[in-house]
Amino acid sequence: MNSAAITTVRPRNALAMRVTQRHVARSEWTKLRSLRSTWYTLLITAMATIGFGMIASAATASNWTSMSAGDKATFDPLSTSLLGVDFGVLAIGVLGVLLITGEYSTGMVRSTFAAVPTRLPVLWAKVGVFALVGFAVALPSTLIAFFAGQAFLSSQHIQIAFSHSGVPVAVVGSAVYLMLVGLFGIGLGTILRNTAAGIATFAAIMFVIPPLVGILPASLANAIDPYLPNNAGAAVMDITAQAHTLSPWAGLAVFAGYCAAALAAGAVVLMRRDV
Amino acid sequence: MIDVSSLTKRYGDKTAVDDLSFVVRPGIVTGFLGPNGSGKSTTMRLILGLDAPTSGGVTVGGKPYREHAAPLHEVGVLLEARAVHTGRSAYNHLLALAQTHGIPRARVDELIELAGLAGVARKRVGQFSLGMGQRLGIASALLGDPKVLILDEPINGLDPDGIHWIRDLLRSLAAEGRTVFLSSHLMSEMALTADHLIIIGRGRLIRDISVSDFVRGSSRNVVRVRTPQAGELRELLLGPGVRVSSDERSVLEIEGLTSDDIGRSAASSGFVLYELTPVEVSLEEAFMALTHDDIEYRGSDSTVTTTVNEQERIAA
Repeated sequence: MNSAAITTVRPRNALAMRVTQRHVARSEWTKLRSLRSTWYTLLITAMATIGFGMIASAATASNWTSMSAGDKATFDPLSTSLLGVDFGVLAIGVLGVLLITGEYSTGMVRSTFAAVPTRLPVLWAKVGVFALVGFAVALPSTLIAFFAGQAFLSSQHIQIAFSHSGVPVAVVGSAVYLMLVGLFGIGLGTILRNTAAGIATFAAIMFVIPPLVGILPASLANAIDPYLPNNAGAAVMDITAQAHTLSPWAGLAVFAGYCAAALAAGAVVLMRRDV
Repeated sequence: MIDVSSLTKRYGDKTAVDDLSFVVRPGIVTGFLGPNGSGKSTTMRLILGLDAPTSGGVTVGGKPYREHAAPLHEVGVLLEARAVHTGRSAYNHLLALAQTHGIPRARVDELIELAGLAGVARKRVGQFSLGMGQRLGIASALLGDPKVLILDEPINGLDPDGIHWIRDLLRSLAAEGRTVFLSSHLMSEMALTADHLIIIGRGRLIRDISVSDFVRGSSRNVVRVRTPQAGELRELLLGPGVRVSSDERSVLEIEGLTSDDIGRSAASSGFVLYELTPVEVSLEEAFMALTHDDIEYRGSDSTVTTTVNEQERIAA
C-alpha cells in the first residue's frame, strides 16, 4: 500500500515466462483441484458407481431363492455389479460440462483467454487433465463396484470371477467409458458455453434419446440403437453378446468417436467466437 | 504501445466501435473516457483478441496480442466485469494464471502482499467486496510484469484509500516507462490520474488530447441569468461567439460574455434581472457537453441548447 511496496512491481529476476502446453496443463490442474464442486462431483461419481452396483447385487442375492427360473436364466452377475456406472455417467458428464461452462458463467473465461490468447491449449489441457483425474477416480470405482458386488452375490454362489473371459475388459473398459463421458461433457460445454444448456443436452443425448428410438419400427430401431452414444459406450460392459449390440471394443471406439466429434466442433467454435 | 487503427466492431446491426484509430504511448497514463455504452470495454476486448474486429486491427508492442509468446508479460489486464471464478480462492486464481506462463509461486505471494490481499487470499472470491475484487484484478494484471497495462474502470468500488493507492501505483508504473491505459466514465477522476485522454462516444473518437489541453480548452465561463424577459434578453445578447442555453423558461445560461457585459446590456435595455451569477464549468460538465450527443440512452429531460447558428436557422 505504500510507495516502497510499489517498487516491488519491478522484476527482481528475469522471469522465463512463456505459454506452453505443459504450463497451461499445470494451470488447468490448479483450476480443477481448487474448486469444491470438482471434488463433490467426483465423489458422487464414485459413490453412484459403487453404491448402486452394491445395492443391486445385495438385492439380487437376497431375493435369489424366490426369483423365477426365467429371471434366473437372464441374470448377469457382471452387469448387476456394474449397474451404477450408468449413474456415474450422469455425474461425471455434468462435471465435464461444468468444467468449461463454469468459466463462462463466472467470466473467468476472459482471464483465461487473456492469459492464453491462442485458446486451444486451454481446451487440450482441460481434456488431458480431466482424462487423468477422471480415470483415476473411475477405475477404482468400477473395480470396487465389481468386487463388492460379487462378494454379495457369492452368498448364493452366483458370482463371476474377475478372470472370467471379458470381465477385465468390462471392468477397466467401463472406467474408460466414464472418463470418456467426462470428455464428451467438455466437448458439449465448449460448444454450448452455458451450464443449463450443456447439462440438458448431455442428459438428452445420453438418457432421453435411447428410449425414444425404441418407439421407431423394430428394424429401424435395431439398426440405430447400438450406435447411440450411451448404448455404444455401455457395450463395453456386456459379455452376454446380445443381438443388436456392438462388441465391447467397437462400442467404446464408437463412443470415443462421439467425444472426438464434440471436442473438434468445440475447438472450431472456440477459435471463431468472441468471448 | 498500443496501436489501434480503423477498428470497427459490429454486433448484428449495432456498431459498438466505429472506425476508431488512436495510439497509446508508453511512459504516461492515458485515460480512455466515454459515457457508459460508448464502446470502451469492447475496444479493450478487441485489443486483447477476446473479440475479433469486424474490420481494422490493433497491435500491442508491434504485434497482434495473440502472437506474443508471453502475453501476460506484454499486457496486464483488469476487465470490468469481474473475470474470476467465484468458487476459487484469490491465491489459486492468481496461481492458475501465473502457471500458464511458468511464473513462480513467489511472484504470486509478492502480488498478494502488494495488493493488500494477504488477509483474504485463501477466501473464495465470491465472498469478496467490490473493492477487494478490484485489488485482485490489479494483482492479476501485474502478475507478468507487463509492459502495457489495460485497466477497465479500475477505480470502481474502491474506497478513498484504495483510489489513492491505485493512482500512485499507476503513476509509478508509467514513470517506469510502461504504457498505462485505463478507462473511466468519470472525467474528474481522469483529470487527477491521466496525462492524456482518448475520448469516445458511440464507438467514435471524439478527442485525442492531453489533459492539460483539455482543461485549458474547457475552462469556459458561463453566466446564469434569471429574468422574466428571457426571450428578449436572449435576442439582445446573441452574437458571434455567444452561446445561450436554457433549462427553464426564465433562466438563461450564457457563454462568451462576462456578467459585467450582461448586466450593462440588460440595464441599458431596461430588462429586469432577478439573478446574475458567474458559474464555473467543471471538467465533468465540459466532458458531458462534449459527449452529450453521443450518449445512447439518455433521460428525456435533456437541456435545450440553442446556438447562434441554430437561432439563425430558425429565424430564416
